[in-house]
Amino acid sequence: MKVFLSNQGNLRNFKSFTESIDLSHPDKLEITTHDKWVTVHPANLVLAAALAMKVGKDNTEITGKVPETGRYLDRMGLYELTKTSSPFIYRKKEEAGRFLPIKVIKDSQGQSRFITDMVPLLHLSEKNATVVKYIIGELVRNVLEHSFADDGAIVAAQYYKKTNRVSIGICDTGIGIWKSMWKYWRPKTDIDAIKLALTPGITGTTRREGGTSENAGAGLFFIKSIAKISRNYFVVYSGSAEYTLLKHDKRVKNKPRLYADPNRDPHSETNTSSDFQGTLVAVDISLDETPEFNDLLASIGEVYHQAIRERKKEKYRKPKFI
Amino acid sequence: MKKIIKILKQTGDFAENKDVAKDLRLKKIMPALLKSNGVILDFKGVNGATQSFIHALISDPIRELKDRAFDNLSYKNTNDAIREIISIVYRYMQESLDGNDDK
Repeated sequence: MKVFLSNQGNLRNFKSFTESIDLSHPDKLEITTHDKWVTVHPANLVLAAALAMKVGKDNTEITGKVPETGRYLDRMGLYELTKTSSPFIYRKKEEAGRFLPIKVIKDSQGQSRFITDMVPLLHLSEKNATVVKYIIGELVRNVLEHSFADDGAIVAAQYYKKTNRVSIGICDTGIGIWKSMWKYWRPKTDIDAIKLALTPGITGTTRREGGTSENAGAGLFFIKSIAKISRNYFVVYSGSAEYTLLKHDKRVKNKPRLYADPNRDPHSETNTSSDFQGTLVAVDISLDETPEFNDLLASIGEVYHQAIRERKKEKYRKPKFI
Repeated sequence: MKKIIKILKQTGDFAENKDVAKDLRLKKIMPALLKSNGVILDFKGVNGATQSFIHALISDPIRELKDRAFDNLSYKNTNDAIREIISIVYRYMQESLDGNDDK
């Protein structure tokens, strides 16, 4: 397998990243970078890390010329997952940046510990910490509960001071969304499965409205909505499909409108990416644009409620007029 | 007799662990409600919760016990965000109480 980390590693370009991944020869992984400048989003990192963990350290290497900016890969812990020694030397003190290096979470206690520990690392205010905790809490739980991944959830995050933005990537090499939705929803393709998973009230654990005692089918819809209201990108990649919520135009003053149907959101999609056995979810959150969390929840809740009501109406028996 | 459950003790200041929610539901909330005892979920010191946590905590009592759950469950010391999440779960659970033919 081959992963190329370019000089444009952000969610806007995530589609070209997934299309560039070579998943042939699944017994070894070669990571290369742009030779002059490498920029990675946590999403690129966790995907590379997930594949590295899958094939094992001895079968993973970082090859070719890695530029000075590649030291970020070291700080985020990517070299530790490969047999390649890091060429970068720096004082540990420099590590006091606002980032969460690659971390593997395998159970709910690990999740709770991670959520408690991460806030001081990102130096966030209580208001902003709640949003980030919420997103990581829901996404990691999704992996632990639905992915059946041996390696658990692989998480990384970065705070960008200049843009006051937090970027998060969470990846697993489990069964993927299509298999997760198959039992109750029979999606035809990977992209159909992703869209079902993004639809409020639809869960892979039942067809019953309101979900089961454990699942309501709300997690991904809530997170997509948080990204939309904060006018940012949100990506899901699973199997050969990728769905990217596009950034809401900042020139439009009104609050972005939320839709239950992911087809109505401005997005790009593909069903022809490299076939990734697992799931990756990534999101950017602009903290300047994030409203009070309870207001945000109220907007999301209203759409969620409306979606269930509409779907229920569709099931009503119609009178027979003859 | 009202049973008070202090959430902070179980979850810390951010309630996201659904295993804890399930445990509270099965061991404390449901048994008390089945006896028609009142249950107070006290969120003092809890700054946030995920929708998944709240769903795992209260959706089954609402679905299974309906009015008995509505009458006997109450919430204390909730901040605005937690209050909003609980309200969301109440709304969608009530919306889905009838018309569930597909199990």
